[in-house]
Amino acid sequence: MALNYTEKVMDHFLHPRNVGEIENPDGYAEVGSPVCGDMLSFFIKVGKNDKGEDVINDIKYLSFGCASNIATASMLTEEVIGKTLEDAKKLKFKQIVDDLGGLPQQKFHCSVLAVEGLQKAIEDYENKNKK
Amino acid sequence: MRFLNQNNMKNIYLDNAATTKLDPRVYKKMKQYFLNDYANASSIHYMGEKVFNDMEDARKRIASLLNCDPNGIIFTSSATESNNFIIKGVARANKDKGNHILVSAIEHHCVLSAAEQLEKEGFVVEKIPVNKDGIIILSELEKMIKDETILVSTMFVNNEIGTIQPIKEISEIVHKKGKLLHVDAVQAVPYLNIDINGLGIDFLSLSAHKFYGPKGVGLAYINKAIKIEPLIVGGGQEKNLRSGTYNTPGIIGMAYAIELAYNTRDEYLKHVTELRDYMWDRIKSEIPDVYLNGSFNKRTPNNLNVGFKGIEGEAILMMLSTKGICVSTASACGAQNLEVSHVISAIKLDDQNVNSNIRITMGRFNTKKEIEYFVDTLKMVVKELRERSPLTKNIKTEKSFSC
Repeated sequence: MALNYTEKVMDHFLHPRNVGEIENPDGYAEVGSPVCGDMLSFFIKVGKNDKGEDVINDIKYLSFGCASNIATASMLTEEVIGKTLEDAKKLKFKQIVDDLGGLPQQKFHCSVLAVEGLQKAIEDYENKNKK
Repeated sequence: MRFLNQNNMKNIYLDNAATTKLDPRVYKKMKQYFLNDYANASSIHYMGEKVFNDMEDARKRIASLLNCDPNGIIFTSSATESNNFIIKGVARANKDKGNHILVSAIEHHCVLSAAEQLEKEGFVVEKIPVNKDGIIILSELEKMIKDETILVSTMFVNNEIGTIQPIKEISEIVHKKGKLLHVDAVQAVPYLNIDINGLGIDFLSLSAHKFYGPKGVGLAYINKAIKIEPLIVGGGQEKNLRSGTYNTPGIIGMAYAIELAYNTRDEYLKHVTELRDYMWDRIKSEIPDVYLNGSFNKRTPNNLNVGFKGIEGEAILMMLSTKGICVSTASACGAQNLEVSHVISAIKLDDQNVNSNIRITMGRFNTKKEIEYFVDTLKMVVKELRERSPLTKNIKTEKSFSC
């Protein structure tokens, strides 16, 4: 069955943004597994903005997954970079799907996994920095 | 879509187990039956009679290649239809003899789904396991045949990993116990001799588009001595076993295609074997952490099913697709569903590798130059995807994962 990925999905798949690792990340999370078919690792660096709020200064990811797994994670990193943690936590999977111009129904889970990975990386940062 | 095949180059089609290109000679032969001899083969006027006789000639020629009774050949629309017809037709017509059906664990979905339908009707279906090489375990088969067994269904060649099943031995076991054997031989032409009488096959399925014939036509061979119920009823064609207007261009095209396939077999096998050996030698020496699924020796030479540790099959497929190369994957994230291929599960691959496989199937029209380009491109694709993968560092440590 044709997947008919949008041009945006193919662009993010072929030219993924923010792919790679961050040395000594402030937050890290690994979600999914190769056995299930897709897996993502997220690395975040957290800084402060003018108001003293926590913001995502840098984010990188690694992917074991299909074209849409790679593309959704890439899109997500573009969307949250520079955002406050509070705003980043509000990101919904549907937003990523929309911003990619849509995904085949059976690939929605990729965007769900990406959002879950981001949230866990933020959680990891928050757990390490509990006052 | 314009982003697919970005280089806008010639198609490099390495998905010949999915379907093949129609041989232009077959196309030419078929044209006559679309444009001139288009009459209905059931009509008794002179035009119908001519087409009918040409079709019967095609049936005899196919039967002679398959060494079987021409009266046992029933033309269908596909191997999917043939498999459905035989499995459901034999089971339903012989329920007085038992309710137990055996299918191998690596059958095509059309066999498995037909058997599942029968389960809803009260039949009991069991799956014969295969070994790590992808070959049916004969001792298991022997143990699994019961008094109530009415049909055993195994494929000749597996569609995903190309492994050749020992049909002669399977047939002997099945017949020693007085049971019936169906063989889905869709991937066997022209790699193996389909000697129906010699091998003792009771039922067999074929599809023309797998051997450079047209899509939409297949055949079911049936042992005329065994009761079978039709799947499609109506005008009573094919001795009341398969109604529907005869697909005469397709049937005649199929007969010609199978003759061409067997007449040029030696040359063809030499060609695909050379391409396969060149490809596999280069892949295994130039790309680290690769493995072959299914036995190397007991497979048809057109098929390589290869795993690339640490990366996902569909991503490999999609990136190759943007470079004008067509391969296939049956792993999760595969075209239709998210389940791991039942064939890959049946050969018990290490868990972390179940989604890292692609199937490359060569054919008559591929050239050495294409394979050179394919391997060069594959190397780049695997390297690029591995740079993005969180598992690359774990390849050697074999860290374990679950789902």
